[in-house]
Amino acid sequence: MTQNWSEVFVGVEEGARVEPPEEKQRKRRGWFQQLREGLSKSRQALQQQFSAIIFDQLDDEFWERIEETLIYADVGVESTVSIVEQLEQAADAGEITDSQQLLHHLRTITADHFSGADARIDVSKMPTVILVVGVNGTGKTTTIGKIAWHLKQLGKEPLLVAGDTFRAAAIEQLVEWGKRVDCEVIHSERGADPGAVVFDGIAAAKSRGADVVIVDTAGRLHTQVNLMKELEKIVRVIRKQVPDAPHETLLTIDATTGQNGLVQARLFKEAVDITGVILTKMDGTAKGGIAVAISHELDLPLKLIGTGEKMEHLQPFDAGGFAEALFDDTLLGG
Amino acid sequence: MFDTLSDKLQGALDSVKGQGKLTEKDVERAAREIRLALLEADVNYKVVKDFVKKVKDRAMGAEILQSLTPAQQFVKIINEELTELMGSTANKLSFSPRPPTVILMVGLQGSGKTTTCGKLANMLKSQGKSPAMVAADVYRPAAVDQLKSLGEQLDVPVYDEGTQADPVDIAKHGLAWARELGRDVLIVDTAGRLHIDETLMDELVRIRKEVKPHNILLVLDAMTGQDAVNVAQQFQERVNFDGVVLTKLDGDARGGAALSVKAVTGKPVKFASTGEKLDAFEHFHPDRMAGRILGMGDVLSLVEKAEQAVDRKKAEELEQRLRKSQFTFDDFLDQMQQVRNMGPLQNLLGMIPGLPMGKLKDLQVDEKALGRIEAIIQSMTAEERRNPDLITGSRRRRIAEGSGNDIQAVNQLLKQFKQMQKMVKQLSSGKMPKNPFQMLGGGGGGLPF
Ligand SMILES: Nc1nc2c(ncn2[C@@H]2O[C@H](COP(=O)(O)OP(=O)(O)OP(=O)(O)O)[C@@H](O)[C@H]2O)c(=O)[nH]1
Ligand SMILES: [Mg+2]
Repeated sequence: MTQNWSEVFVGVEEGARVEPPEEKQRKRRGWFQQLREGLSKSRQALQQQFSAIIFDQLDDEFWERIEETLIYADVGVESTVSIVEQLEQAADAGEITDSQQLLHHLRTITADHFSGADARIDVSKMPTVILVVGVNGTGKTTTIGKIAWHLKQLGKEPLLVAGDTFRAAAIEQLVEWGKRVDCEVIHSERGADPGAVVFDGIAAAKSRGADVVIVDTAGRLHTQVNLMKELEKIVRVIRKQVPDAPHETLLTIDATTGQNGLVQARLFKEAVDITGVILTKMDGTAKGGIAVAISHELDLPLKLIGTGEKMEHLQPFDAGGFAEALFDDTLLGG
Repeated sequence: MFDTLSDKLQGALDSVKGQGKLTEKDVERAAREIRLALLEADVNYKVVKDFVKKVKDRAMGAEILQSLTPAQQFVKIINEELTELMGSTANKLSFSPRPPTVILMVGLQGSGKTTTCGKLANMLKSQGKSPAMVAADVYRPAAVDQLKSLGEQLDVPVYDEGTQADPVDIAKHGLAWARELGRDVLIVDTAGRLHIDETLMDELVRIRKEVKPHNILLVLDAMTGQDAVNVAQQFQERVNFDGVVLTKLDGDARGGAALSVKAVTGKPVKFASTGEKLDAFEHFHPDRMAGRILGMGDVLSLVEKAEQAVDRKKAEELEQRLRKSQFTFDDFLDQMQQVRNMGPLQNLLGMIPGLPMGKLKDLQVDEKALGRIEAIIQSMTAEERRNPDLITGSRRRRIAEGSGNDIQAVNQLLKQFKQMQKMVKQLSSGKMPKNPFQMLGGGGGGLPF
């Protein structure tokens, strides 16, 4: 299954598709399947939970088990309570009498908890500026490489800006991605002012007619006030060149993150007006349930999913598919 | 304002009056709060279940100590159980009698292995060791460069074979190289990998066979959620690590994953990484972690210390006066001296919830400033202490001279005192804590200086 990326990236050719690189053809799989495979490896615990549910008796223990299932997926207490409440209403209305119905409702309710905000990425501006931010090690640089590769496949000419001048070899890492993807990387020396390189990068994009500029930033904890201020400054620098930019400010969240992910998202949103979330590392066994909480409580759309370390390991987000992968058929002990 | 477990317990147990025993209902109510707090802290739900049961069993029918409120009693039990679960300080590395001692770093992608290698090397260096490092992460772009750059910064030699060689060979050659160089510790950086990635986990097993590490450290992000248990179990099964390095503790994540990992693998957290600088790295203290996970600092020890230091009768008198909003400079001085009796303020601050461990280092408590404040108050007349409004310009000068300070210091203190009086008014119009030092633990008022 190849994704129809023109439904994700507004401004690329209608119906444009991305072909996985040659050596990968053999392993072409949809992200559902990739997710399921990842998830199935650790699903035993969940499976036991579900098999233990006795449907003719919707007692406290039953609800507790549902709660645990959600908690185990890192959905968090608040969103779990909200989902369970809605599930309870469905049960009270007599809509849940067997495990199939339970699963159906659980999926729909969970999917409905995701923000309804526009999950597309508009790359039709000349140039479109995409800023990628997030906590250390969450996958910013890798995701930028992946996005660049996809855009390239879709006929765009992206340009990368190495705004992480802090971490050792962060510049080299992005430069290496530039080589892999075959696109230009604007960078400075380690320790240089990130604002300055971002300024130069966008100026270069304008003069060279690059159509999408993707700006990498240093990983930072949302609690580091000075570094969050630095992000605000980077945004100001971008606006000096392109007043309505950044057109997208994407936050990477590692799927293994627990409840702190919500705090991260909240503070990054306050600082730089996040337009969407990228959930990375969904190829592991973590369920990424914190994304439900983030999207629900902060009304932020999920836009992309990272499912591996290679450039093709990027998928559009789909709430229904996410919920389905989270609560898979095999949960019912099939 | 901190929304701490101790506050919530206070709320849940509000109705428990006097010094009787906790009823089953009280315990259930409290257990619910504890369960929620642990889940919010990302402790694995199964671990939470067991833990809450233990606390419940202990609390049921437990005698409430005369000196504690029921909520404090609970906090005490939880704290003790948590500390026990986290284990004692098993935070040492084992060193081989025949150097080099080999330390293998393993973990998921993005958990902070490479940076941790540098930090560990730095710590070992400051302990008089001569560490070296091996760059065996050939997968992530520029990972080798990153380790080399750290090595340069620290003046620690780094062995690498670029990114085309096999990591198992690199590790093996690196060991021979370190031996030849006469380095006494070798830190092996490996690529981040998923615990379910068969090929890469197998590679780790082969590296392990080849270099026979004396220490295998699992690097774990403090923000990890419920999946920490799967990760730890898999790494345990495949390479049987010896301990955990908990990273990104300078953030505000509660770090419940540390508890889960200890509970399911029995492996202790040995080190805590608390910042981006290379010296932001320390031996792990499980007792501090218990408080952090629950988001209440070490409220209990604070309570205990307060109990010892505060003259109970005086405290009651103070409370009476506070109720009538008659807070004077005498009370201020008194309270300050009692707080100081509790030990250096630096330590005390460490027990206050909401202050991340890493930040404490930068927070300088100026004990001298406290002495200055004392001197200023002591230079006031009894009348002035009772009624600070009397202290006009000329009196201020006199007090300043008498205490050996400049007039700004006096002005500042007067201002702070006014603020404190205001705060006291607010407090006394609402509910007053039984013990004035709950103001510290509850996070509401805090010290005025
Ligand atoms: N398995 C898996 N690994 C990923 C994914 N995305 C990123 N990674 C890995 O996670 C690690 C960190 O990724 P980076 O892209 O360097 O993260 P970053 O946010 O740029 O990190 P800093 O710049 O250091 O803050 C690397 O080893 C990546 O290969 C993913 O979707 N799945
Ligand atoms: Mg990066």
